[in-house]
Amino acid sequence: MLIKKPDRIDPSEMTPKSLWLRRRDFIKSAAAGAGLAAAGGLLSLGMPRRAAALEKIPNPVPSGLSTKEPPTSLEDITSYNNFYELGTDKEDPKRNAGLLKPRPWSLVVDGECESPGEIGIEEVLGGFTQEERIYRLRCVEAWAMVIPWVGFPLGDLLKRFKPNSNAKYVAFQTLDDPQQLPGQRRAVLDWPYREGLRLDEAMHPLTILATGLYGEVLPNQNGAPLRLVVPWKYGFKSIKSIVRISFVSNEPPTAWNQSQPDEYGFYANVNPEVDHPRWSQKTHRMIGDGLFARRRETLMFNGYGDQVAGLYSGMDLRRFF
Amino acid sequence: MQLPRLTVERVLRVGKPLVFLLCLVPVLVLVWQVMANRLGPNPVETVVHFTGIWTLRLLLVTLAVTPLRRLTGLGWLLRFRRMLGLFAFFYAVLHFTAYLVLDRALMWQEIVRDLTERPYIMVGFAALVLLVPLAVTSTRGWVRRLGRRWQQLHRAVYLIAILGVLHFLWLVKADIREPLIYGGVLAGLLAFRLPWGRWLQRVRDAGPSAAAQSR
Repeated sequence: MLIKKPDRIDPSEMTPKSLWLRRRDFIKSAAAGAGLAAAGGLLSLGMPRRAAALEKIPNPVPSGLSTKEPPTSLEDITSYNNFYELGTDKEDPKRNAGLLKPRPWSLVVDGECESPGEIGIEEVLGGFTQEERIYRLRCVEAWAMVIPWVGFPLGDLLKRFKPNSNAKYVAFQTLDDPQQLPGQRRAVLDWPYREGLRLDEAMHPLTILATGLYGEVLPNQNGAPLRLVVPWKYGFKSIKSIVRISFVSNEPPTAWNQSQPDEYGFYANVNPEVDHPRWSQKTHRMIGDGLFARRRETLMFNGYGDQVAGLYSGMDLRRFF
Repeated sequence: MQLPRLTVERVLRVGKPLVFLLCLVPVLVLVWQVMANRLGPNPVETVVHFTGIWTLRLLLVTLAVTPLRRLTGLGWLLRFRRMLGLFAFFYAVLHFTAYLVLDRALMWQEIVRDLTERPYIMVGFAALVLLVPLAVTSTRGWVRRLGRRWQQLHRAVYLIAILGVLHFLWLVKADIREPLIYGGVLAGLLAFRLPWGRWLQRVRDAGPSAAAQSR
């Protein structure tokens, strides 16, 4: 008797779990959308154009690692960005955000590991439990925000590719495409943007890959579709729009460190005792505090010292700034 | 070409209030932005940068008066120079006040450290300090009293503008395009004051008169 085996279904053919879970929302929003589109045709005349609503990330799990501080407004988080690939002024990335195409997107993981490979963004969204992580973000320029990220521990992803014993560091790379990232046409930095972490920093539970913020997928200007978030380090470590993660055995080159090694270190831990050569790091301005607010005290490791200070015991943090 | 005296007076009577109002436009825009809460996510930075950039712009406009007068031969242009220079000083004072009060909240220890340790703040502050005697001696009485030395003193504005551009350049992290544009304009305005700038003027002066003679 001939028993027909079912055809093997390629994983890429499957509907990602995240989408499947939202199938009702999708149908509803499609129906609502049709009605709205009809009405909108009339209403939109003379109305300010709004950015299209971003896809929701369903039910991110709250995390005990989140801060209780009130988050910065979505408006501020999405209109005051350092993403030089989309322009060097703070308001440029929002204006140029439409050029970046975060779908389809895939991430290559390679280097010193047993099972290098590629993973699509849908698989990332569906395959890892998405958590809400409300973190402080401290920029090296002495301003800060509180951001309700959605994401998952970087370590969970790294483990899937089974780093071998030569893997001591993790190197990250942003998309290299001047069509989508026009800032790369000028050599302000050595493109593509690169960042790196020591393996233990990368595996630390606070370190996440962010896929969204405020419950929706990442806006392009915030580094869609996948960015690193390391809350105890200055913001420039949190590389955006990642296409490659490599396990390496030596400290990898990083963009700002290459550009100005005396101003931006590889570690870049938030440290009020070590000034930037051109300005103090003792205090910062919290975005949203307003015109007449005082600066706030900057805390060692951006206030995450209890969790991360152990990573650096015995290290001279003035030398390894 | 020199306008007849009466017409010059008329130009100044309309032009002076007009230029005065034009110079006030940036600060009025700023006041409106404060009232309307439209200073963006980092309002302190916006105010400090806005007043700083207008200081630099007005310094450059002031420095453009002499070259413009030489190129056009319009002597009355010189009569706007004091007002423009004083407005540059006005924006510099606003800039410094915004830094002291809004950015540093009058925390003197930090301010003293900034003024003694941070090169970009040091050059900016030096430029402001140097502007003070120029503003003080800008009156007709001081021009008369100082005579020749007045011009020598007021040549400090070249140094002030260079310090202003350096202040901007040293503040920027990586994209130095904008400070370089200001530096380029300043270099052009200063180069005009070198001997070959005068040569250019002589060529211009010689042009029409030579043509007139040959007729």
